[in-house]
Amino acid sequence: MAFATDTPHMTPAVEFQSVSRHFGAVRAVDGVNLTVAEGEFFAMLGPSGSGKTTCLRLISGFEKPTAGVIRIFGQDSGNTPPNRRNVNTVFQDYALFPHMNVRDNVAYGLMVKGIDRRTRHAKAEEILAVVKLDDYGDRKPGQLSGGQRQRVALARALVNEPQVLLLDEPLGALDLKLREAMQDELKSLQQRLGITFIFVTHDQGEALSMADRVAVFADGKIAQIGTPSEVYTRPRTRFVADFVGSSNVVAPAMAKALGGPEAWASLRPESIRLLPWSKSEIRGSVTAMRYLGSGTRVAVTLPVGEISVLVPAGLPLPNIGDSVGLMLAPNALHPLDGA
Amino acid sequence: MMTTNRAILPERGLGDRLSALFWRKPNLLLVLLLAPPVLWLGVVYLGSLVALLIQSFYSIDEFSGVIVPEFTLATYAELLRPSNFDIIVRTVTMAAAVTLGAAVIGFPLAYFAARYARGKWKAVFYLGIMLPLWSSYLVKVYAWKLILAKEGIIGWAVEGLGGSAVLNSVLALPVIGGTSLSTSYIGTWLVFLYVWLPYMILPMQASLERVPVSMLEASSDLGATRWQTFRTVVFPLAMPGIIAGSIFTFSLTLGDYIIPQIIGSSRRFIGQAVYQLQGTAGNVPLAAAFAVVPIVIMVVYLTIARRKGAFDAL
Repeated sequence: MAFATDTPHMTPAVEFQSVSRHFGAVRAVDGVNLTVAEGEFFAMLGPSGSGKTTCLRLISGFEKPTAGVIRIFGQDSGNTPPNRRNVNTVFQDYALFPHMNVRDNVAYGLMVKGIDRRTRHAKAEEILAVVKLDDYGDRKPGQLSGGQRQRVALARALVNEPQVLLLDEPLGALDLKLREAMQDELKSLQQRLGITFIFVTHDQGEALSMADRVAVFADGKIAQIGTPSEVYTRPRTRFVADFVGSSNVVAPAMAKALGGPEAWASLRPESIRLLPWSKSEIRGSVTAMRYLGSGTRVAVTLPVGEISVLVPAGLPLPNIGDSVGLMLAPNALHPLDGA
Repeated sequence: MMTTNRAILPERGLGDRLSALFWRKPNLLLVLLLAPPVLWLGVVYLGSLVALLIQSFYSIDEFSGVIVPEFTLATYAELLRPSNFDIIVRTVTMAAAVTLGAAVIGFPLAYFAARYARGKWKAVFYLGIMLPLWSSYLVKVYAWKLILAKEGIIGWAVEGLGGSAVLNSVLALPVIGGTSLSTSYIGTWLVFLYVWLPYMILPMQASLERVPVSMLEASSDLGATRWQTFRTVVFPLAMPGIIAGSIFTFSLTLGDYIIPQIIGSSRRFIGQAVYQLQGTAGNVPLAAAFAVVPIVIMVVYLTIARRKGAFDAL
């Protein structure tokens, strides 16, 4: 296809057209539209029960849509069972086969395709090296740590060279240090392999730091979709402002008191500075403080309500009960639609 | 109202004193709890088994009928006599057939109960499986005799449906056939299957219950068909349960002497041989040797199962 070399490949990896999945009266997924580009690291972010995992299961084929169309690389997946979709999943509980050793677990996808033992074992060892588990082929999953199991699950899903890799809260069971290391590793792995990753998480930090784009789910619908910085700095709804990060969701009266228009708005704690009481028109008293390491979160109570301010480490801190003045960075108040 | 303001609370009597004692000496409680059952298991249970084993190495004086308490393998050699060896082959074949039948019939039921049955349906499943165990074994077996008899409900229904020719041709089969279902090996097999089926289903269901759904999904996700998933994931993971169930069905059939007495041809099974030898014939050593056969078979069976990796999923 010589004519196509200059233009980017335009078929989206995954496309949802008004997709719904209802369980009786429960609308787990309700009229979702989205497109995931090829090679993209896409995060589905939301609280539990928001429909993000069901969306993932719709792509893998474990759920069938009640309505709507899901296309994978342009092909309608409506009648294709999971085993014939070139899409693989890293399960939340890893779902490793306990009766097989690590090598056979990883080679499973090749085994069911009828590839001979020698070839599939060689391929499995190759992928195990990619996830840095070279010498673990003979072990059983029960003999591995959580982080190692996670890598085996990843290797097992990658062995089929899927067009889309789905990850269902893959880092949820790991401790903080390991989780951060795996985040970097997943990101670099995705860049190296160029496979489309779709990642489900309830951890906004994880979504923001890893994804190219984020879809924020609420009640079976997408509340907002955009790059991490778009979603973080310009949340569209109160829900997104509240869920992504630790924004202040500011009621109209408070917005007015802070010098903005009388409408719902979001306000990042880091875009507010504390001043001496006399230096500002906007005044309140300190009611609580929480030390976070990189800074301190200070709750300031104004006549119209409470607001949270982030004081970076190193700057002077007030005492509880002090009266303080507030100063907002320019354009810090970000209007929210759909109050 | 709480008025104590002390870090260590006072003892409140015997319960607290015993708890403290067991806390200081954790092994004491374990010993006290284990001593009675271990004594029972060791002395009464295994002890009588050893006595049985010893008896099997004695022999009987053919003229006086007196047991000679001297070590000999002669009694075991007698087991190999064609008439005795036939009994063993017959019994083992029946036990294997019953086990296989129970596994084939039981698996779908156990799978349904483990994977799909919830709430009320789970209760229906348990009730359905356990209910036959509540009534007397003998009553059930005699009821089956009537069901399977020539004039019984099965014969009547088959005739009504115009299938007498089919039933007759089945009964005309060599070895497993007979004059009616109740006097054929088919009938014996059906009744064994009926009475031992719960013992196969329950352990199977327990092992299937432990297979998470995500594991089946993972298999399908990686490209496996239903059959491949069954063969490479479900079946190996259910294997410990199937083995446990087969231990029950196999050994219960090996030892039973009532069902083949009431239903089937007059040819004897191990249980009947033991019953007659220790009773009317007074040949306790040979009866003991016969009783050792199922034990040896079970040991061999489990060893093979272990070698084949049946317990890898445990």
